[in-house]
Amino acid sequence: MWTFFHRLASPPHIYRLAAIFAPWLLFPGLVLVAYGTYGGVFVAPTDYQQGDAFRIIYVHVPAAYLSMMAYMIMAVGGGIGLIWRIKLAHTVGAAAAPLGAAFTLLALLTGSIWGRPMWGTWWEWGDPRLTSELILLFLYFGYMALRAAIDDTLKADKACAVLALVGVVNVVIVHYSVEWWSSLHQGQTLLRKGGPAMDPAMLYPLLAMILGFTLIFGALLLRRVRTEVLYRERRTRWVREMIMAGQGGK
Amino acid sequence: MSDNEAQQPAILAGLIAVIRRDLLLSWKRPGDVLNPLFFFAMVCTLFPLAVGPGATQLMFIGPGVLWVAALLATLLSLNSLFVSDFEDGSLEQLLVSPQPLPVLVLGKTIAHWLCSGVPLVLVSPLLAATYRMPTGVIGVMMLTLTLGTVCLSLLGSIGAALTVGLNRGTALLSLLILPLAMPVLLLGANTVSLAADNEMYSTGIWALGAYAVAALSLSPYATAAALRISNE
Repeated sequence: MWTFFHRLASPPHIYRLAAIFAPWLLFPGLVLVAYGTYGGVFVAPTDYQQGDAFRIIYVHVPAAYLSMMAYMIMAVGGGIGLIWRIKLAHTVGAAAAPLGAAFTLLALLTGSIWGRPMWGTWWEWGDPRLTSELILLFLYFGYMALRAAIDDTLKADKACAVLALVGVVNVVIVHYSVEWWSSLHQGQTLLRKGGPAMDPAMLYPLLAMILGFTLIFGALLLRRVRTEVLYRERRTRWVREMIMAGQGGK
Repeated sequence: MSDNEAQQPAILAGLIAVIRRDLLLSWKRPGDVLNPLFFFAMVCTLFPLAVGPGATQLMFIGPGVLWVAALLATLLSLNSLFVSDFEDGSLEQLLVSPQPLPVLVLGKTIAHWLCSGVPLVLVSPLLAATYRMPTGVIGVMMLTLTLGTVCLSLLGSIGAALTVGLNRGTALLSLLILPLAMPVLLLGANTVSLAADNEMYSTGIWALGAYAVAALSLSPYATAAALRISNE
């Protein structure tokens, strides 16, 4: 069983597998996002409270969800890499970090644009989710900065894994402390917590968007894993042979 | 069983030896202790100069300013936690010693807290008084700072261990530690603010205490792992 895993996780194999799987994630993802965009912008009824401004959730919610998902991938990848010494897990973590940071930034931007008509301000410190998302962005920056600062890839992998694991414990604490803090500063949260039951015409495009974003994220992640594998293996024979054979693209 | 009993005092002895050694080193190099302390005092001086001397303003910003200054001062002192040991090779001796590394690391962190956290807590009432903080609130502030600096020393030791071999200085360490330290700041400063407003503040104290206990039991392992990685 272990040999199977090791063969599965061997760099040339992963490099090929990622290329095969990426389109299978990308194209369904694009279709779902296209449906979600159409459904979200044209079909879904106008919200009785928020007007058309609510439509930004079709980008905001998937981005916010992926911002946390990517961090979990980093932390779980780091944990697997540290415990079972599977290099691939570190590679995936390294590949996920910039993507996660990008989705966090997207979630922050859309949240702030949404906040403008809802709260009358671009930024509301009183909203716990906005604040914890910002701290999450800083955690990504720290992770990437640490990786960039260590020249030795093996060492960078392990150090970043420790940081990601420490961070994941902290994300929970950040969440609750920020919630406590914002409850001090204002009576109630501006946005409804659970939210009312959604109209199916609103809900289905949102679910499609979440799934579509996740699939596209997966495709991008595979793409980045390929690049990362290629970079890490740049001095090995299989890479040289592949390039000599003129198969650099596939 | 008897093996365990024989090992018990040795572990404690190792812990105490590390603490003694680091305290002695700090005693010989008082600058390492005093500089962050002066920094703390100066940051606290900057704000009234920038914001203006109005009493209500100062009372309002006092808890936040003192806490931010304490956080930055701790960060400044963390940089040297492992660096000198790394440079003269004694860190490697700690790594190869038969004592469990997390215990030794805990010793170093305790020594760091004694040299950075405790002086900060002791100086803070003076600065708090210049911010017109009432006596009762000063007590709460000292309590939160005591718990908070414990958390910060422990958290910071992880960051210091991760960056020990890198010549990137404080900037990288700040980038790693500040996001992790934000909950501590948030709990600490807001607890003092609540106390200043005569509201119930015990939640923050309990939460800080819980954070300190959790950090005390978990962070030495993370720091030890990070040190081993940095010294490969």
